[in-house]
Amino acid sequence: MKPVLLIDFGSTYTKVTAVDLEGEQLLGTACAYTTVQTDINIGLDNAIRLLEEKNGKLHFAERFACSSAAGGLRMITSGLVPELTAEAAKVASLGAGAKIIKVFSFQLTEDDIEYIRTENPDIFLLVGGTDGGNTECIIHNAKMLSSIPNDFPIVIAGNRSAARECQRILEGREVYVCENVMPKFGVLNAEPAQKQIQEIFLHRIIQAKGITKAASLVSGILMPTPSAVMKAMQLLAEGCEGESGIGDLIGVDVGGATTDVYSIAEGMPEATNTVYRGLPEPYVKRTVEGDIGMRYSIAGIVEAAGIRRISQMSGLSVERVEELIDHLAVNTEALPNGDHELEMLDYALASLAIETAVTRHAGSIEEAYTMMGLTYVQTGKDLTRVKQIVATGGSLINTKRTAAIAAHAMYDKMNPMSLKPKDAQIWIDRSYILAAMGLLSEHHPQIALRIMKKELKKDGY
Amino acid sequence: MKKKVIVLGVIGADVHAVGNKILYHAFTDAGFEVINLGVMVSQEEFIAAAIESNADAIVVSSLYGQGELDCRGMREKCDEAGLKDIPLLVGGNIVIGKQVFEEVEKRFMEMGFNAVFPPGTRPETGIAALKEILLMED
Repeated sequence: MKPVLLIDFGSTYTKVTAVDLEGEQLLGTACAYTTVQTDINIGLDNAIRLLEEKNGKLHFAERFACSSAAGGLRMITSGLVPELTAEAAKVASLGAGAKIIKVFSFQLTEDDIEYIRTENPDIFLLVGGTDGGNTECIIHNAKMLSSIPNDFPIVIAGNRSAARECQRILEGREVYVCENVMPKFGVLNAEPAQKQIQEIFLHRIIQAKGITKAASLVSGILMPTPSAVMKAMQLLAEGCEGESGIGDLIGVDVGGATTDVYSIAEGMPEATNTVYRGLPEPYVKRTVEGDIGMRYSIAGIVEAAGIRRISQMSGLSVERVEELIDHLAVNTEALPNGDHELEMLDYALASLAIETAVTRHAGSIEEAYTMMGLTYVQTGKDLTRVKQIVATGGSLINTKRTAAIAAHAMYDKMNPMSLKPKDAQIWIDRSYILAAMGLLSEHHPQIALRIMKKELKKDGY
Repeated sequence: MKKKVIVLGVIGADVHAVGNKILYHAFTDAGFEVINLGVMVSQEEFIAAAIESNADAIVVSSLYGQGELDCRGMREKCDEAGLKDIPLLVGGNIVIGKQVFEEVEKRFMEMGFNAVFPPGTRPETGIAALKEILLMED
């Protein structure tokens, strides 16, 4: 037996997953409260102790970790036109596993600078202009940023003609220059900036958040938790040498505060009478709905879906739904634990969280009547042909009706212009191992993939 | 010398792609860097592309007869977006039915366009006009 320990320092819980590399199997999982305020090792030790109570003493050959503790990777970005470089900056940051506090477009104002100073992000991503294009905006924004006394690192990934000048303007600060996120008009080049962001996360942010106190235990703190989940999803879809994947997929992670949606699919139009509009989207795409979550962001679900639909789906009266939602918004740790009313309510909330988040993630299509007859205009990804949906997140895997909940990611006749999967199978991350398998995949992709195929359940479908 | 950048596209709900491709190749061969937005392009998309790429001119084409409606207010929107004085060129079958071209041209010039071309114009004519507007030497 060759056990490996995979650690996820979450903002609430530290989760540990033990895997036997030789047997290619999951040994066990356990979790304990994250103790980032005092010493992160205490929470980790507690989790490992719980794991060893179940599995006996384990001598780990390797340890890897990801983290979303202390707010995760908090970023602010600025670009030029909202739909173009500002959007590219957002896509790049989300793809690096960041939590985006704000995306600015056009020239930063004094008020914006005050906001950035107060929010004090972990990293600022400065972009704007295609290569050879506009230089004014990014240079103005670099000058504005230079007046902030904070010491957060700044990644410059805008017009290459202006990059060095921005670097000079920001002299004395921690600045990194990389390739433009939009080198040519309409071309997305997010990877160089993403790599740079992840490197900074690895070397600096993890230290700043006190997580390297656990360094003696961990052979490599590798990435932000959403990056680990994204790697797992990509591996699961594509497969690796010697092991095939399950094909294009959509992943949904419903949390207490946010709902993350991933898609691994090209999503370009297939029909010849369909025109694609807007910025092409990345093949591996992540979106985060900051206003959609089961507890902290419960109000966002109500806002998006309406209290009547929640009442209809849960079978509870509007008044009772209102009471329970007020209760849950304050008691964020509350779980149904057999309470029938809460179970019904959580079923409705999770279903609507998925429906809203996947609808926002997927592209849409519009009809346009032209001289040439009926034409379709597609914006965003066409996910109608995706055959696999992977559901994860504590709130989701702990309920019994997960498959029914996850089915809300599917195409809906009432909203026919939204390009969601028409015929898909649902996989559930029952043992909650996706982040751990993303970590494991860095060095042992085959084993990670085989374990995922074994552990993800297709119950209900 | 740095290439001059133009933003090219077919405006409105127009899907005529062939003329657009011809213009793209002609302007590229003439030494321009062409950002081709293709068909069914809104005013906002022309403007956004011109801002990011710091374009030297916007070249609009239209074939389905609705060009006048689609182009109205474009100069004002450019002004609003900070693209002051950017040359706007338009050509094709830009009005409904057969109309006297001089009158059509006058209307489009009043709307703030710098050059207007009738149906059947050869690409070279447009290229020559643009070079003159941008004070380029051949």
